[in-house]
Amino acid sequence: MTNSQLTDILLRLGDDSLVLSQRLGEWCGHAPILEEDIALTNIALDLLGQTQSYLTLAGNLLSETKTDDELAFHRDATDFQNLLLLEQPNGHFGDTIARQFLFDIFSLLKVQHLASQSVNTDIAAIAAKAVKEIRYHVDHSSKWVVRLGDGTPESHDRIQKSINDLWKFTGEMFMCDESDNAGTQAGLLPDYTSMKIEWLSRVEDTLNEAGLTIPENVDMKSGGRRGQHTEHLSIMLEEMQVLPRLHPGANW
Amino acid sequence: MSNNNWPLWEVFIRSKQGLSHRHVGSLHAADAEMAIGNARDVYTRRQEGVGIWVVPASDITSSSPDDSEKLFDPANDKVYRHPTFFVLPKEVDHM
Repeated sequence: MTNSQLTDILLRLGDDSLVLSQRLGEWCGHAPILEEDIALTNIALDLLGQTQSYLTLAGNLLSETKTDDELAFHRDATDFQNLLLLEQPNGHFGDTIARQFLFDIFSLLKVQHLASQSVNTDIAAIAAKAVKEIRYHVDHSSKWVVRLGDGTPESHDRIQKSINDLWKFTGEMFMCDESDNAGTQAGLLPDYTSMKIEWLSRVEDTLNEAGLTIPENVDMKSGGRRGQHTEHLSIMLEEMQVLPRLHPGANW
Repeated sequence: MSNNNWPLWEVFIRSKQGLSHRHVGSLHAADAEMAIGNARDVYTRRQEGVGIWVVPASDITSSSPDDSEKLFDPANDKVYRHPTFFVLPKEVDHM
């Protein structure tokens, strides 16, 4: 595994959690109830903490080292390597929960492996802390999927549509390029094929419990890992980055 | 944010092992499981607790303020009942 492959792996971890964190932060003051408003922003803050750790490590590996802030605020959309799923707009509460649920299960499986490997102890330490947080995220989003799916006819139909709409972005989670393959071969990353089987079985269990189904014959979309994003990312980044770009180095 | 019809729950947090649960506030939730989750998010995110109880507010019976004379005044003038003459050893923490 080369330095640049390890950087890709770290940027993907960091960008996934950063972009999702920003999206969840957009719910602040807008969630359906106060308690859920706090829950979503708590999760956003967990993800932001993970982002800081991953991006700090990534920045140290660059030939011209960069801080986590520089990576977060001074890269353009084409330099971000997050999954397309995570940059999708919040939509309604069910859309946000569906996006979160599909990612949380994936993230738990990936980070559990990162915590147990001994190839890179820095990453293992970050992951060991993150696993506890992600377990709670899985719990939170899974219970909501069941509540909505098993709730009223309207909530059932709406969360089913959310799952259907977002399903096309799930294939990308398990696609590997050279960096991923190198990570897997070194033992840092899990084997994506078996991770996909495990993910599908867990997702299916919860959807079954919720009375929901997995959509069939969906054309998968990808590109996020290569910096080819949907238009939503640049719009989101514009808001996220405007202040540090207008006032570089500002402190408050 | 809209109002909802979810029931109100009273939240009790145990801040440390060995201490008793204390009432910290209330919140709305559809069921007990959600109430625990919400309590975790609303009341323990700054390391306030190691244990949570949630109780449906409707299940709590409280004394009426109108009855306070009858309930509490009689204890006031019976100094011999007040356990203030004893010095507690330091080891008996949190009694």
